[in-house]
Amino acid sequence: MPFIANTDADRDAMLAAVGLERIEDLFRDVPEQHRYATLDLPEPLSELEVLREVSALADENDHLGELASFLGAGAYRHFVPSVVDFLAGRSEFYSAYTPYQPEVSQGTLQAIFEYQSMVAALTGMDAANASHYDGATATAEAVIMALNSATGNRPGGKGPRKRVVLSPALNPQYREVVHTYTQGMGLDIVGGDLIDHDFHTLLELVDEDTACVVVQNPDFLGQLHSAAEMQDLADAVHAAGALLAVSVDPISLGMFTPPGEYGVDIVMGEGQSLGNALNFGGPYLGFFAMRTADVRKSAGRIAGETVDVDGQTGYVLTLSTREQHIRRGRATSNICTNQALMALRACIYLAAMGKHGLRSVAEQCYHKAQYAATRISMIPGYQIVGEKPFFKEFVVRCPAPVHVIKDYLLMEWGIVAGYDLVDDYPELGECLLLCVTEMNTRQEIDDLVEALASVAEMVEDMELELVRELEDVR
Amino acid sequence: MAYKFDATARYAESHDWARVEGDVVVCGISDYAQHALSDVVFIELPSAGKTVTKGDVYSTVESVKAAEQVYAPVSGEIVAVNDDLESTPELINEDPYGAAWIIKVKPSDPGQFDELMDAAAYETFLSEHE
Amino acid sequence: MIEPTVYDLSSPGRHGPLLPVLDVPEAPLPDGYLREDLLLPELSELDTVRHFVRLSQRNMGIDTNFYPLGSCTMKYNPKVNEKAAGLAGFTDLHPLQDAEMTQGAMQLLLELQVYLAEISGFDAVTLQPAAGAQGELTGVLMMRKYQLDRGETQRTKILVPDSAHGTNPATTTMSGLQVVELPSSPRGNLDLEALKANLDDTVVGLMLTNPNTLGLFEERILEITQLVHEAGGLVYGDGANMNAIVGVVKPADLGIDVMHFNLHKTFSTPHGGGGPGAGPVGVVAKLAPFLPGPVVSVEHIPDDFDDEEEHVHFDEDGDDFRLIWHMPSKSIGRVRSYYGNFGVLVRAYTYIRMHGAPGLRRIAENAVLNANYLKARLQQEASYPVAFGDRICMHEFVAQGILEGAPDIHTMDIAKRLMDYGFHPPTVYFPLIVREALMIEPTETESKATLDAFADAMIQIAREAREEPELLKDAPHSAPVKRLDEVRAARQMILCRC
Repeated sequence: MPFIANTDADRDAMLAAVGLERIEDLFRDVPEQHRYATLDLPEPLSELEVLREVSALADENDHLGELASFLGAGAYRHFVPSVVDFLAGRSEFYSAYTPYQPEVSQGTLQAIFEYQSMVAALTGMDAANASHYDGATATAEAVIMALNSATGNRPGGKGPRKRVVLSPALNPQYREVVHTYTQGMGLDIVGGDLIDHDFHTLLELVDEDTACVVVQNPDFLGQLHSAAEMQDLADAVHAAGALLAVSVDPISLGMFTPPGEYGVDIVMGEGQSLGNALNFGGPYLGFFAMRTADVRKSAGRIAGETVDVDGQTGYVLTLSTREQHIRRGRATSNICTNQALMALRACIYLAAMGKHGLRSVAEQCYHKAQYAATRISMIPGYQIVGEKPFFKEFVVRCPAPVHVIKDYLLMEWGIVAGYDLVDDYPELGECLLLCVTEMNTRQEIDDLVEALASVAEMVEDMELELVRELEDVR
Repeated sequence: MAYKFDATARYAESHDWARVEGDVVVCGISDYAQHALSDVVFIELPSAGKTVTKGDVYSTVESVKAAEQVYAPVSGEIVAVNDDLESTPELINEDPYGAAWIIKVKPSDPGQFDELMDAAAYETFLSEHE
Repeated sequence: MIEPTVYDLSSPGRHGPLLPVLDVPEAPLPDGYLREDLLLPELSELDTVRHFVRLSQRNMGIDTNFYPLGSCTMKYNPKVNEKAAGLAGFTDLHPLQDAEMTQGAMQLLLELQVYLAEISGFDAVTLQPAAGAQGELTGVLMMRKYQLDRGETQRTKILVPDSAHGTNPATTTMSGLQVVELPSSPRGNLDLEALKANLDDTVVGLMLTNPNTLGLFEERILEITQLVHEAGGLVYGDGANMNAIVGVVKPADLGIDVMHFNLHKTFSTPHGGGGPGAGPVGVVAKLAPFLPGPVVSVEHIPDDFDDEEEHVHFDEDGDDFRLIWHMPSKSIGRVRSYYGNFGVLVRAYTYIRMHGAPGLRRIAENAVLNANYLKARLQQEASYPVAFGDRICMHEFVAQGILEGAPDIHTMDIAKRLMDYGFHPPTVYFPLIVREALMIEPTETESKATLDAFADAMIQIAREAREEPELLKDAPHSAPVKRLDEVRAARQMILCRC
């Protein structure tokens, strides 16, 4: 095995030093009847062979590098500058672990500190932590932090607040994860199944038992809420003594009002867009930003600036007393390992793209999405759903079942059309969530429009047989 | 290790001290407790007006390595909280029996104070348990 | 030399990579939605490159130094793993593409589920949890739901040994259950009498790390699991220390009901400066319906189906099948988005395929031999006490920074001095039940020569501790910074450059 350095001679010498005869003697505490159980695994492979096998599996996938894609819904294709792979690929970064020994981990620690700084700047918040697993778990941790933070606010000493209000336009997977994480806490989680997405309807659910309200901006259906609208929501939530948490698309913050400016208490979301590949769903990172007052109630690692004995600036993990390794059963979260390498990628991405680059990414997404929506809205049979401005995603009501359209576009046009909303939001009807980023060329958008138009023509020409046939094939 | 004691205070096994001042009982943590914690960086304070029962956790004191709970040595209503500790938690290291008092309690059962150890008994307790 | 931050390096007007010129007409920007300023740095590409390369040089990693961080299994991460995970067929795959388009990735997941089940002896595996701690949460939530499903609503306690990682009690609390801490025995294992005294019908189960954080295998593991089962409880296995026993014993054979794997430990995926990890969970059959989803499963295709269809597989019997996503019937729900840290799973898959059964066994054997050899040298030649040092340890052991003739020297001083000798320090002050703990885990990928160099340094440091203690007190001398003021960091709370 190439990964074990010791030779047989080394092993003999080491066994002798330990005072044992055979390697097997090392395992004498393992119950004998279960020792050396047979493992039915494929034969070992050389590096060359394993690469062949794994490449064959990779080749079996129809990946987005080869197709025009308008699929987003929480995971996005954005441009990743070459420096990100190159720098994050330095094994001094990726072969290190959690910077428990700060003097020999300054690279990791300073990168975390810079990541925290840029996330705070992007969101307009006071502080950020070193990352959660993904946007969904960051949302669950936001809820748990709010439960701890809002407890003291409840009038009349009636004990902890137990209600959590989730917007129906919060990513459905995030809502699911909030339910999973808190299933033992006896909470009353409401709002997720509202048909009406208006904030006023959501606010009707907020009572004196409410610890927090969680919304998304732009929401899962792409709709943007203005700073004024968000401020009104924050004021109403605060009046009830609850916290407001907002999940945001970090790329959108390249141009839109940072949540810190509209009174939000917690800003979190999926950070994958910041320099990370799609990776079939992971590893991603959850970013998490907050107000100074809540930092000590928050979960996850945080780096802080300090000095060494000579007065030189350096960085350490700080406020660790919040965490499981110190607070054990009294910790509010069990998180230990986070997504540091993904946060490093986000850090490098934000530094490389910088102030101007991120703005141009955001603006290109915006203009291309508006262009696509405008053109699609002109095709008879299609309708853009929603009245509000949108960023890079929007909903299109279609003249035929979405899965039929998706299959047709993939097979005939090589286009990955988008996300079928019928399972998550059946009340919307046949609706497709489309995503347009700076990665989509005008040609791709024009092709999409042409493809959708040809669907409309088929429907118009009563070529429904074809539609049905396509449905049968499926 | 020689620890400091306040001869006028009484002590609980959880290393909390209590001292009668007029009609209130002043509470804090002992010199031993602050030594065990090392440099205190943060204290979570209760709010005045809250009622505590003897043995309740009313505060948490944190160093960089530990987060220790602080227990009420007597029952009663919290009538004052030492807000100075919020900005200068290091007072707990510097003057645990003086400037670093944590709360003042109006006791509901004055007899509870007498049940606590006096300084000599606490010193013996420490030497037996260290 | 300090390295300036990205903000210090920023220079107005500089910029990094450019995008193509916008190829669609500009749309009007909405009023009342836009931000005024964006306080991100302005750097040239070379600024960015030099900064992060220099930062990387201020780190120790496995690729630069011996890194015997106990309980973290800092083994070498084979480079082929990176190549495999970097294939475009994986990196450019969107998690919400239709299953027909992602059959290769799903097959990899299915195979990994099968391999991990085989290695551990469990009946079913979920790959979704993103890290060990999330695996614990998954497992404990499943144990809770299993007991509720049986109507055992009075079961609300989880027993946790005092030597456990902090994640065990923290997970218990997060799951809405109560922690009952059990003491360790004089042999460094779980105190069986204490276990018996606490086993009643209020117990959901026991969380057990085996080998435990002292590096010791539970000598009476079969009795322990039997006792818990007789009391109607379940046994959770914390798989953090699987590197000691992989290929040697299957945890399920020992009576463990549910266990998480740390793929970033046992299965060599890079630790990434603190993550990503992956914490798949294996379970016995009765817990399988409670697994988080979706999991990959096989759907057999009827004979009359059109065989020309793409992405149809044939199993050993020649029957057609395809892979689908499946939500277990009594699932605790989704624990994160999508299917897990897929890129990490690809690395672990690659590693397992390269090793096969004989290779995995050699991992455990060499990891345990390396630990025992290092322990013997430190005990014999450097007079470091080792907790329960008369026993054979597994993949790690806990030495103590207590040296005769050097009363003012503490574990932290020894740890910092090791940096000057070019070694990353071991885990310090854990487990909590050992005074001045130095938890040392060499892993199987280190050579005897490296272990000898480390032992020599420890011996030399013991001598310095007695003769020149200030060398230790002022250490490190050669790191990028000297000892840092953690108290100041916690009091001042400078958490960002804003």
